[in-house]
Amino acid sequence: MSTPEPLLEVEQLRVEFETRAGIVHALNDVSFSIAKGETLGIVGESGSGKSVTAQAVMGLVDLPGRICGGDMRWRGRSLLGREGQRYGRSIRGKEVAMVFQDPMTSLNPLLTIGTQLCEVTERHLGLTRAQARGRAEELLAAVGISAPARRLGQHPHELSGGMRQRVMIAMAIACEPKLLIADEPTTALDVTIQAQILELIAELQQKLGLAVILITHDLGVVAGLCHRVAVMYAGRIVESADADALFTHPAHPYTQGLLRSTPSLDVVEERLASIEGTPPSLLDPPPGCPFRPRCPVAFHRCLEMPPMAPVIAGGEAACWWAMERALPENAFLGTAD
Amino acid sequence: MGSFILRRLWQGLLVVLGVTLTVFVVTRVFGDPVSLMLPLTATAEQRAAFAHEIGLDRPLLVQFLGFMRDLVALDFGNSLWQRRPAIEVVFERLPNTLLLIVAGLGFAILASIPLGIIAALRPGGIVDRLTVSLGLIGLSMPQFWVGLLFIVIFAVQLKLLPTSGMGTPAHLILPALTLGLTPLARLTLLVRSSMIDELNQQYIKAARAKGLGLSRILGVHALRNVLISFLTLTGWELISILAGYTVVVETVFAWPGLGLTAMQAIQRGDLFLMQAIVFSIAFLIVLINIALDIAFKMIDPRINLN
Ligand SMILES: Nc1ncnc2c1ncn2[C@@H]1O[C@H](COP(=O)(O)OP(=O)(O)OP(=O)(O)O)[C@@H](O)[C@H]1O
Ligand SMILES: [Mg+2]
Repeated sequence: MSTPEPLLEVEQLRVEFETRAGIVHALNDVSFSIAKGETLGIVGESGSGKSVTAQAVMGLVDLPGRICGGDMRWRGRSLLGREGQRYGRSIRGKEVAMVFQDPMTSLNPLLTIGTQLCEVTERHLGLTRAQARGRAEELLAAVGISAPARRLGQHPHELSGGMRQRVMIAMAIACEPKLLIADEPTTALDVTIQAQILELIAELQQKLGLAVILITHDLGVVAGLCHRVAVMYAGRIVESADADALFTHPAHPYTQGLLRSTPSLDVVEERLASIEGTPPSLLDPPPGCPFRPRCPVAFHRCLEMPPMAPVIAGGEAACWWAMERALPENAFLGTAD
Repeated sequence: MGSFILRRLWQGLLVVLGVTLTVFVVTRVFGDPVSLMLPLTATAEQRAAFAHEIGLDRPLLVQFLGFMRDLVALDFGNSLWQRRPAIEVVFERLPNTLLLIVAGLGFAILASIPLGIIAALRPGGIVDRLTVSLGLIGLSMPQFWVGLLFIVIFAVQLKLLPTSGMGTPAHLILPALTLGLTPLARLTLLVRSSMIDELNQQYIKAARAKGLGLSRILGVHALRNVLISFLTLTGWELISILAGYTVVVETVFAWPGLGLTAMQAIQRGDLFLMQAIVFSIAFLIVLINIALDIAFKMIDPRINLN
């Protein structure tokens, strides 16, 4: 895919949380970028740092956490440092917006839907109350909510979970952002509603030319929606590739394990394989590759941290084993399985 | 909403009736108003004449019906001490008490919100720890002692403010501060802890992700959620002030309000004045409760008052 000017570039980002037990290294050298109109999926087990990544981009990492290394750039300008933070405040909610996992708790229970929608456009676009209400009605209609004018006066508890998530999405697209970050936008919803919400996101993406970062641990969702996928493990991106390539030729043993543990629609599997063991503690991670203790193909080199390197199918992975197989003389080996 | 207010008013009326009945029974059945109000040296004839004068020789039921009828006309009888209608004394003194409460509690409310918010912005920080410590100190000081301390420091030693009485705005400062100190401490600690809770809620994260300014996030999103518990405690403070603390503070500062008058009425055995005071306070407390319920309903649409 041709990549024009990237919207968001994250480079070697590190985030730590200072806790009683010690320093939690939640993100370690996370790098990725996303261009206009692109959909990037971020997948990984629970605790792998997907939400922290999203929060870092949205400027939501607060004490006891801090960004302690790397850089984030929005259209070429850093979001870190004093100047960068000011810049960040001017674009968040306007050019970059976020939808959260739990629509039940993400809306203020005491404010009407109208108030919570209007405050976005009033702040960022300088609309008057009357203009903002008009815009809010349009937005509710755009996310498929019936009788929008009446909804404006309602409070969140009067809406179903799916409707609330639609409201959250309406708020996110209120200022026609360039990037939408959706952190497990459907996890808290019924299965039937999940599909509708994902469809809505895909439709809005088409219509508005949005770039989307879709965080999920459902690889099925990723397969349907994403152009590119980044796989996270223990606060690192361990593999990143085009979605097609990743699904057909996963390079990292962790990705292979994830794919095996995902029920597939076309193959009826006897039993879901899951990856043995648990992710390492982020308090003091073991030396070398963090996946080594669970890895079926680990060898002596894995005591050293592998860098991201190109792999056979075209993406990148941080894995010595995959790297060796990508060497020209080993190309005939193909991928595992 | 309208039917709700009507129902609450009706319930309030029942409460006031209950209080009145209690006062009536306690003073007439268990107590002896005549020996309470006449000097010990009074002769039997004097006592009988007095009992007849205030209608105590009639059957209890007749007395009660008469009492209720007078009540509707706000006629509590004449204050024996002041020799004029008791309700007149109440109406004369009540505004002084209300002034003191508005100043004292108003100060506590206005100061506790910013103090609590500032402390909550950095839990465990220096400002926060200082606020909590001062709050606990404020809570553990009895009001009569604080009042006397203020008098010694600001009136006697520094000669900045008058010791007691009422008249100029300067007279209001010490009693209002004394009255407001405990509520200030309690309200500040409450705002702080509920604010910390609210700021950790997901909806605050979402509001920040929308790029809203700090003042809107704190003042509109978080504060509104703090307001329910804040109002509950404020109402409780107001009621306990009305039902007792004003007596202490007004006595210490010789503030001519209803609390001081209540003390004087008790000392003088002025039964009718006491009844008028108790009735008025009970009525006010019922009104406050209704006002609070209406306020809750307006703030939180989820509250179902039926
Ligand atoms: N406020 C915090 N204090 C301490 N540690 C934190 C905090 N927030 C996150 N972490 C740590 O950061 C790591 C990554 O968490 P994160 O929420 O990003 O995981 P995730 O990939 O989103 O998982 P899930 O799929 O469960 O949402 C976790 O190990 C967690 O313990
Ligand atoms: Mg998460």
